[in-house]
Amino acid sequence: MDYFIQQLVNGLTLGSIYGLIAIGYTMVYGIIGMINFAHGDIFMLGGFAALIVFLLLTTLFAGVPVALALLVMLIVAMLMTSLWNWAIERVAYRPLRGSFRLAPLITAIGMSIVLSNFIQVAQGPRNKPIPPMITDVYHFGEVTIQLKQIVIIIVTAVLLTLFWYIVNKTPLGRAQRATEQDRKMAALLGVDVDRTISITFVMGAALAAVAGTMYLMYYGVAAFNDGFIPGVKAFTAAVLGGIGSLPGAVLGGLLIGLIESLWSAYFTIAYKDVATFGLLAFVLIFKPTGILGRPEVEKV
Amino acid sequence: MANAISEPGKAPASLLGQAIKEAVFTGLLTFGLFLLYIGFKTDQDISNALIIYGRPGLLAIFVGIAAVGRFLMVLFVHPWAKARKDARAEVPVHDIEKSPSLFHKHFLKIALVALLLYPPVIVSIYGFQGSLKFVDNFGIQILIYVMLAWGLNIVVGLAGLLDLGYVAFYAVGAYSYALLSSHFGLSFWLLLPISGILAAFWGMILGFPVLRLRGDYLAIVTLAFGEIIRLVLINWTDVTQGTFGVSSIPKATLFGIPFDASPGGFAKMFGLPMSSAYYKIFLFYLILALCMVTAYVTIRLRRMPIGRAWEALREDEIACRSLGINTVTTKLTAFSIGAMFGGFAGSFFAARQGFVSPESFVFMESAVILAIVVLGGMGSLTGIAVAAIVMTGGTELLREMEFLKHIFGPDFTPELYRMLIFGLAMVIVMILKPRGFVGSREPSAFLKEKKAVSGSFTKEGHG
Repeated sequence: MDYFIQQLVNGLTLGSIYGLIAIGYTMVYGIIGMINFAHGDIFMLGGFAALIVFLLLTTLFAGVPVALALLVMLIVAMLMTSLWNWAIERVAYRPLRGSFRLAPLITAIGMSIVLSNFIQVAQGPRNKPIPPMITDVYHFGEVTIQLKQIVIIIVTAVLLTLFWYIVNKTPLGRAQRATEQDRKMAALLGVDVDRTISITFVMGAALAAVAGTMYLMYYGVAAFNDGFIPGVKAFTAAVLGGIGSLPGAVLGGLLIGLIESLWSAYFTIAYKDVATFGLLAFVLIFKPTGILGRPEVEKV
Repeated sequence: MANAISEPGKAPASLLGQAIKEAVFTGLLTFGLFLLYIGFKTDQDISNALIIYGRPGLLAIFVGIAAVGRFLMVLFVHPWAKARKDARAEVPVHDIEKSPSLFHKHFLKIALVALLLYPPVIVSIYGFQGSLKFVDNFGIQILIYVMLAWGLNIVVGLAGLLDLGYVAFYAVGAYSYALLSSHFGLSFWLLLPISGILAAFWGMILGFPVLRLRGDYLAIVTLAFGEIIRLVLINWTDVTQGTFGVSSIPKATLFGIPFDASPGGFAKMFGLPMSSAYYKIFLFYLILALCMVTAYVTIRLRRMPIGRAWEALREDEIACRSLGINTVTTKLTAFSIGAMFGGFAGSFFAARQGFVSPESFVFMESAVILAIVVLGGMGSLTGIAVAAIVMTGGTELLREMEFLKHIFGPDFTPELYRMLIFGLAMVIVMILKPRGFVGSREPSAFLKEKKAVSGSFTKEGHG
């Protein structure tokens, strides 16, 4: 039982990270119906920004408190990825908004290749390990919970609440939901559609940066190709939960995190990703719009 | 500059002001974007700890290039492009009426003859040994991508099913050949159809669960399927030898004549000096023939009821069902026939390399193939071939650019920038030509007269 609870905690931690990335996918998909393939690499950029800030802080101001360092890393990483995603949307996606569906998908895949290779060229292809930032652990009987796991879960919970509030209670969120439902009608009613879409990209990027920072803190390493696997898993999470649905993205992320850690614990670690993707196929066979997705109305 | 002045209602001074404003903005944006990633570099020191150092010079160069580029863009390129567009708009459009030139009319024949003559011409210029690089890297490599893209085109371009895991079928074909030939000693010519059939079978297996899915759900499940195949290839070490891959795969033979130094080998039999170029040239014609088969089958299928059903499915699934088309078999045939050509290409790939490993079948390959299909203009075979030549040939060319080392110093490795440039090219081509290189296609079925359909009237990926 203790072992099970231990795996549950590990799974929730991982799932929180996936959930944070998945929100970016699901929001962009909801608002412009496009799979933003570069989102995984935005997550990677966030991790790298945090890494560089961490190194700057530790070399310039040795002995800076960990909490403060983490806060600065988070803020800078969020600013950085927001700027990148904003610029990418402007350059690579907006000109193709009226075009056919696959065009922005292809530019997104292109941007994904560009971002990961840019980091490879600019920062080198090797893994970048950092010394562990938070090492405290707590013991509850046989269960060991690391402080960094608690930090990740709390930060995720706080951000999700904040985010839920923005989307559901503020004028900005209302504009987003209106744009999602009917872009033309929203524009007619005075919603600045372009600006709303830009903000959606910025918000998704900021959450991805948080996930990137958490990932760096949790695993203590960053690499230029880190974006792909978590990106695909987060996208799987978004689809599993029902793409376009925010609670769905979080639920999907948590589910995938749990499956991964439980499968690795009780079966073989080698096939954990196969289990994840298998579950996705299985769920979609019986519920083609995901767990919380709204059934698509077919119109002639 | 003349264009800028001739533009009515806009004084050049304000244009200059705007250019300066935008240049400053772009400079600031570039500074922000690259501040961390270019401005600083992280590196491991001798004790493997990370150190960081600044690169302000490089950052300044980036910002400078961006600002100056934007300045010139606003001041010169935009007015020029606008003037050109205006000039075009003034001329009434009669392009469609104009009869195509001799070159355009016989383009396919000319292209085919050029391809057939390509190896002999290269050999006569560079000799057998010198021709290796050109036949292999520029011939076979590109033709493999042409074939894969034409195969994927059946799924994406004709049936409109977005498939992000096409490389899985390529892998199935390659491993079928690799394993069956090294364990059971079966010949290439027997295994080529078997690989195709096995891949088609896997296409069906993938097809069943995704039948009810639409658009992007389909995309993620196919992506997941591709990843599952790759992960199984990595982890099922008893059979596939995992990441080490299967090596020393037997070569293909020319109707039983092997390409080696044995007395019965090709070189000895025809009394020629030994060279590995014969095998490459043979492979070149083989893949060319396979491509031609793919193209022929695609063209014929489009005229058959099943091909029409595919295109109808792409345009409107509900209308399709209402008219009594069985969407289940239509989708399954599209998946399996597309997969079959992937399987053919895979077994050819295994015979050519003599080595297969899961490394060759990553998602990026699927993405590249899909990019070629879309950049070529969805459904147009010529366009896809052009896209394959530009994208793969272009990146291969980059490998050859030794002279760049003289400009950027001996440490400069063009290899490193290959994928970066490939990604940028994908983005830029898509933005400049959203309809692909060949944006219009001839309709398969028509009423009374044949009109070229602009790509914008057709839909894709509505699974």
